[in-house]
Amino acid sequence: MTHSSPSPSAITRRLLGFASIMAAVFGRELQAQTKAPAAMPETRPAPPVTKLTTRLTVNGKLQELTLDPRTTLLDALRDHLALTGSKKGCDHGQCGACTVLVNGVRMNSCLSLLAMRSGDEIVTIEGLAEGETLHPLQHAFWKRDGLQCGFCTPGQICSAVGMLKEIEHGVPSAVMTSVAAMPSINASEVRERMSGNICRCSAYPNIVAAILDTQQGRAG
Amino acid sequence: MRPFTFERPTSITAATQSASQLGAKFIAGGTNLLDLMKVDVERPTNLVDISALPLRDFGATAEGGLRIGALVSNTDIASDERVRTRYPVLAQALLNGASGQLRNQATAGGNLLQRTRCPYFYDVFMPCNKRQPGSGCSAIGGYSRLHAILGASRDCIAVHPSDMAVALNVLKAEIEVHAPSGVVRTLPISSLHRLPEETPDHDTTLAPGELITAIILPPPPAGRQAYRKVRDRASFDFAVVSVAAVLEVAGGTVRDVRLALGGVAHKPWQPHAAERELVGSPASTDFFLAAGQAAVAGARPQPANEFKVTLAERLIARTLTDLAATGG
Repeated sequence: MTHSSPSPSAITRRLLGFASIMAAVFGRELQAQTKAPAAMPETRPAPPVTKLTTRLTVNGKLQELTLDPRTTLLDALRDHLALTGSKKGCDHGQCGACTVLVNGVRMNSCLSLLAMRSGDEIVTIEGLAEGETLHPLQHAFWKRDGLQCGFCTPGQICSAVGMLKEIEHGVPSAVMTSVAAMPSINASEVRERMSGNICRCSAYPNIVAAILDTQQGRAG
Repeated sequence: MRPFTFERPTSITAATQSASQLGAKFIAGGTNLLDLMKVDVERPTNLVDISALPLRDFGATAEGGLRIGALVSNTDIASDERVRTRYPVLAQALLNGASGQLRNQATAGGNLLQRTRCPYFYDVFMPCNKRQPGSGCSAIGGYSRLHAILGASRDCIAVHPSDMAVALNVLKAEIEVHAPSGVVRTLPISSLHRLPEETPDHDTTLAPGELITAIILPPPPAGRQAYRKVRDRASFDFAVVSVAAVLEVAGGTVRDVRLALGGVAHKPWQPHAAERELVGSPASTDFFLAAGQAAVAGARPQPANEFKVTLAERLIARTLTDLAATGG
């Protein structure tokens, strides 16, 4: 090949790739931005139990949900608040795709009942950007191509937001030579601290690079 | 998940009384219980959420130790300055367990009460005496690579999964427990977990409705501390074998040593005979290896986990050698 001008199909592929990356880092489909989220239907018949009312803040907005006590925080976000950025990967706390910030701290939303989060402040991937301005970590993931299929990305980004805050607050890790020391930010720390987020496309090198990019210029 | 009712009491008495009713369970972080409810292993009919109870205290004791409320998160324990400098074995054990997300969510009390990760315990279609007493043990003669080599019974060869509990054993921690009657008692951590014997459905010695309210650490022991864990992947995995050690050396001689093993038994395993044998010996690898061999002398491994015996011996020798080299 002598010319580098791409074929129309290559452009389409690239545009589609761009759209899916944007969906992954924003946590929502681009087309969905203008539409009001439709309420999702109940997936199973109402169980013979008393529903519970839980009030909590999600992405800065007060929410009141009256649901079956079995509803996990993840299912409440996805099925009842139409915030489908947080993903259900394993549903057992092993993959990290459901990671959200609870009172500023990263947690697996699949392993929490909604009823346990009464009064809490939740931030999901949808709550990270300022309008159309991406959060620095979202921008870094996009720039570094820190994903392939994008399924784990919302969890990776929310986890990275919480993880960097943990380092800032001096939370130690298993790879530190001495747990009494102050932690620093480097590739081995990021790998250890992000071990609760699995990427089956194995985009790990770019994920680590993206996270480190956001720390350029900081002491570490 | 099966249907359940949910309550969030604000007093310890109300919580323990609710939880003493048949079918009730405490829930705190929920990382293990909800996982088990999803696979139908745990089937509570009433969940007693203890997160509104005043159990987040974390302060010095009059004796010079630390009191850790049962609801303090695993991350907060590992991040505490006093734990990191005076009880590093505890911080290391916590940081070598689970993931960042889980450590943020999981509590001190819940860590101690987590259940075995034996795959047959998790699989409701397989016999398991721990899950269903009398149904048999599928691990004996089955997949048993990660199972017990010490203290197992004909009914169960499961191991306790907690790293924190292993570290607490060498720190001689006390566990504070509130009973539904209002009685408060403390027991040594070594008496909290039990061997399976003929009733592997009981992981601990706690009675129904009894609630762990705090972990009390005595002043740190003399000497140096370390937690070393061997697992199948470099992070976020349970122990194949782990060791918590405290070593005090004076003039090249072992003055005091404390050992506990994880991943080898139904409870953190304390090889007291090996500890006694080592006191007064030269602080050298030969003697540490001998202590390691003494520690697992009574091992009865399964065909698939004989390697754990050698692994435990060498892990003890290596950990003590490193501690002696750093000035133990």
